[in-house]
Amino acid sequence: MLNPEHLRKDFPILAQRVRDGKPLVYLDNAATTQKPQVVIDALDAYYREINANVHRAIHRLAELATEAYEEGRRKIVRFIGAQDERTLIFTRGTTESINLVAHAWGNRHLKTGDAVILSEMEHHSNLVPWQLLAARTGAELRFIPVTERGTLDLDAYHGMLDARVKLVAVTHMSNVLGTVNPVREIIDAAHRAGARVLLDGAQSVPHMPVDVQALGCDFLAFSGHKMCGPTGIGALYAREDRLAEMDPFLGGGEMISKVTLERSTWADLPHKFEAGTPDISGAIGLGVAVEYLSAIGMESIHRYEQELTRYAVETLSRVPGLTVHGLAPERGGAISFAMDGIHPHDVAHFVDRDGIAIRAGHMCAQPLMRKRGVTALSRASLYFYNTRAEVDALATSLARVQEFFARATG
Amino acid sequence: MQLDDLYQEIILDHYKHPRGAAVIADASAMVDEENPTCGDHIKLNAALDGGRLARVEIDCQGCAICTASASMMVERVLGRPVGEVRPFSRAFVEMMRGGPEVPEEELGDLAALRGVRQYPLRVKCATMAWHALDTALRQLGA
Repeated sequence: MLNPEHLRKDFPILAQRVRDGKPLVYLDNAATTQKPQVVIDALDAYYREINANVHRAIHRLAELATEAYEEGRRKIVRFIGAQDERTLIFTRGTTESINLVAHAWGNRHLKTGDAVILSEMEHHSNLVPWQLLAARTGAELRFIPVTERGTLDLDAYHGMLDARVKLVAVTHMSNVLGTVNPVREIIDAAHRAGARVLLDGAQSVPHMPVDVQALGCDFLAFSGHKMCGPTGIGALYAREDRLAEMDPFLGGGEMISKVTLERSTWADLPHKFEAGTPDISGAIGLGVAVEYLSAIGMESIHRYEQELTRYAVETLSRVPGLTVHGLAPERGGAISFAMDGIHPHDVAHFVDRDGIAIRAGHMCAQPLMRKRGVTALSRASLYFYNTRAEVDALATSLARVQEFFARATG
Repeated sequence: MQLDDLYQEIILDHYKHPRGAAVIADASAMVDEENPTCGDHIKLNAALDGGRLARVEIDCQGCAICTASASMMVERVLGRPVGEVRPFSRAFVEMMRGGPEVPEEELGDLAALRGVRQYPLRVKCATMAWHALDTALRQLGA
């Protein structure tokens, strides 16, 4: 069984005290997670020992840096169950990965009359790139409705999957409702209808085993900083046959094979999609991060977080005046909630005074907020280093917020 | 829980009983501002009469700080000459962003909002209504 108290020692920041000496209770993991010492050390070692540009010079440091960068790629390929390093493209994160697909694949394969299916629970990063693509190509966007308890309406999905649909782009796990979507069913149905599938894995890849071969998705986008890695690095997995039918996204160095003044030919995969000097230390750091996660075991992480999530939903639901948004049976540890008569900003401010970090706002999902009739929510989001004691501390703090406002404004 | 240094009674009073509060339909709002980072939402209508602010109505879906600031603003500017409101509004927003102090006697209840400056991420909550008013005054040609 995973021991969070033991694992917390790997994260120097978690020992910190904030707001007049209160222990930090970090519950904003869906926004970004903390970094273990091994990742911090890897970044430090890279700059102290082997810093050089990759895939260019032939000197010793360039050789070491290139090898470390590509080793990072190999680790991530293994982590998501992909088979070939050619299918893993380094990006700045989920947002850039999705934009890459929208441009490099979308521009070529979508035209007026075609359709892209999204859902009403998408993060803006899996919505806005498709709006822009629709405006460029004349393609239509369709949305799988979200039910009251926070699941996707799959009957509606099957009903809108017709021959015009070229792509289905959905989140694997909602960053607001915590819902884990039945992506296997979504992917299989899309493929039967002849559509490709992109999964937004920003909230799933950090928290559960995700195997692209088993899922059969065409594209998987995720971010390093939400899974113990550095900020500024993420990845796009794409099936090799998809990559073969894509034009480059950004042009520049590294992504070319031969350049004349008039035209260029493209480098082999995956470099064709990695223009310019990449985030070398980030790729190395993310490689170390997934190694760290694998050593704990993604199954163990998932099991532990499932249990902690159940406990947190139960505990928070007992706070007077608190309503949890998102009651899907399959869910992860992003727990959004409203408190009667208290704006989420005020909630987040008060718990911060107790050293507790949560998120307040629309969580980059304005359409979902509108659908649920709120402008903002508060969100506590868990990772494997969180404990029941921290959940209890949040619940206690929230009960005091409730008391304070009841007395002050009642 | 001890009364928070930020959530003083005067702020909570404005939050509980916002002055100038109204229900404004989207279509009839002169100004419709949203804070994209937190989802705070303010709709505002204003009218001038003889160079004075004769009417200010606010429909605020915001936090306590945002709502209280809007309410204090209505109290502070209603019936005042536009020529006085605009420089005051600028000075208040400047002060909230770390600029020079506005004299206590000019601030009135707004003095209670000075504590917000300790929380840089929330300064926007306290200035949002003032931006909305500024936009409205420009529309009114003031």
